[in-house]
Amino acid sequence: MHMSDALLSPAVGGTFWAGSMGLIGYCAKKLKERMDERMIPLMGVLGAFIFAAQMINFTIPATGSSGHLGGGMILAALLGPYAAFIVIASVLTIQSLFFADGGILALGCNIWNLGVYPCFIAYPLIYKVIVRPGSGPKRLTAAAILSAVAGLQLGAFSVVLQTVLSGRSELPFGTFVYMMLPVHLAIGLVEGFVTAGVINFVKTARPEILESVSASKDLSPRYSLRNVLAVFLVLAVLTGGALSWFASSNPDGLEWSIEKVFGKPELPEAEHGISLLLSKVQNRTAFLPDYDFKNKNEAPADAESGGEWWPNIGEGTSVSGILGSAMVLGMIILLGMGIKVFRTRKA
Amino acid sequence: MLNFDKEFFNIGHLDALSYKKTFIHQINPGIKLVVTLFFIVTVVSFSKYDVRQLIPFFLFPVFVMSAGDIPAAVVLKKLLVVSPFVLFAGLFNPLFDTSTAYTVSGINVSRGWVSYISLIIKFILTISSAVLLIATTSFPGICYALEKMRVPRIFVMQLLFIYRYLFVLAEEAMRIVRARNMRTFGKQGSGIKPFINIVSIFLLRSIERSERIYHAICARGFDGRIRLLKNFSIGIPDVLFAVLSVSAFLMLRIYDVTELIGEAALKH
Repeated sequence: MHMSDALLSPAVGGTFWAGSMGLIGYCAKKLKERMDERMIPLMGVLGAFIFAAQMINFTIPATGSSGHLGGGMILAALLGPYAAFIVIASVLTIQSLFFADGGILALGCNIWNLGVYPCFIAYPLIYKVIVRPGSGPKRLTAAAILSAVAGLQLGAFSVVLQTVLSGRSELPFGTFVYMMLPVHLAIGLVEGFVTAGVINFVKTARPEILESVSASKDLSPRYSLRNVLAVFLVLAVLTGGALSWFASSNPDGLEWSIEKVFGKPELPEAEHGISLLLSKVQNRTAFLPDYDFKNKNEAPADAESGGEWWPNIGEGTSVSGILGSAMVLGMIILLGMGIKVFRTRKA
Repeated sequence: MLNFDKEFFNIGHLDALSYKKTFIHQINPGIKLVVTLFFIVTVVSFSKYDVRQLIPFFLFPVFVMSAGDIPAAVVLKKLLVVSPFVLFAGLFNPLFDTSTAYTVSGINVSRGWVSYISLIIKFILTISSAVLLIATTSFPGICYALEKMRVPRIFVMQLLFIYRYLFVLAEEAMRIVRARNMRTFGKQGSGIKPFINIVSIFLLRSIERSERIYHAICARGFDGRIRLLKNFSIGIPDVLFAVLSVSAFLMLRIYDVTELIGEAALKH
């Protein structure tokens, strides 16, 4: 379910980066307020555990295919939402660097999709509501399955949303949703079942581990409306900041959502600093000035302003483009080989 | 469980590569991180029908790969492993977007294919630059850079801790998998119920390990931070690398170099 850099536009990627980084900062602050030093190695080892446990496969009943643990809800149940979010974010960071899962820009989206929903939606609104101190294994199982399913469904939906908003893939929204949600419903059920099994096991073997989380109020907070609002306010500011930064440099799928908010397809522009610079760059380049240019085919090419309307590219241009591409690629490869030869000579 | 060994080997392999001593390896980790991010944002900022404008951007990964003495096979393997989702999500572009973009000597190329190719090029560029970042920069170095950039310390410490124990726990997972394989036949025993038991015990062992670690680091005077011996400073080569690469990316973003070269070649 990892999102990928290539499917993202800078606006969408940047927005989710800002959102995820903001949340990491918020969680770090929350944890700092009442830091149990014991938590630091526990969080680290559990992060490594999630990694290692993902390498153990099991056969999914009825299908015969093999699956592995996701682990988001287990972390939330063991550590509370703030610490769990930090652990999930750091696991995903390492995955994006070492396994190239998704990529660095998509990291923001991935942290959001796999961290925010289990930790800040499924855990407090489903798991915590169902599981009370002293509730039995059946109740716990129901809670784990429901919250794992909800977390994964939201995450999968968010992958679809990010892809469609970015507009790099032609996949229609409806089709994509129909493909992603049922698959992740099945994954969520299995994940929930495993989560329930593991939590029940821990509860039987070492109940004090789970009790310490539910006992310390700061680590598993009661959701006061004020806190929720504060988080959303911070996110809104961050999102707005990121949007105005990137939206001026690249018109894309986000345009229509901006249009709904501001009534026109562009954000009110700040005529100074980076945004001015970016809009200058944009005027210079003016690539694909509108998102739905498909319906406006055969618009005249406007060479003066640098406007580049797709359908009007003549054969001459395309030939020189292809020739140029081949030549540039050849030169780059030659350069790379040259450096290699130079290196071996030197060594 | 070949899969497991391979992945495990790969992390170690990337880690080993990052300790080489080339010009690229010696650049300040923070500078490299920022330049890589800038590169990725520049690449994805191209519209979905841009293909030729993206070609010059291969310069960056090819340069880092050859100057950093990183085998191309490492990068290519990573690309192959993570490609399915992108290939799948892009596959629909040629199906849904069938209007003609180019006619090259009688053959119609649809816009969907153009955008699919653009997507794949972007994928190759972004993923290879990320892989090259980690292959030419030690992970603790990146963590140090993150801390300098005011990323919350607890998050940076998590990264360092996970990285340290990843290798230990991965070996433990490998032993568990081997033990299970030796005691089971075919698919028997690989079901979900034994899996839950295995993972639960593994989890408890990990928690106990973290308790031992806590006592051990306390005994050695842990005060809530991990210190690095190496001190990274920003020198003239670092600044030069940053300025040159960022201005090159901007140039290539603004001017269509490929087109210019192609036109010049056609004229002659």
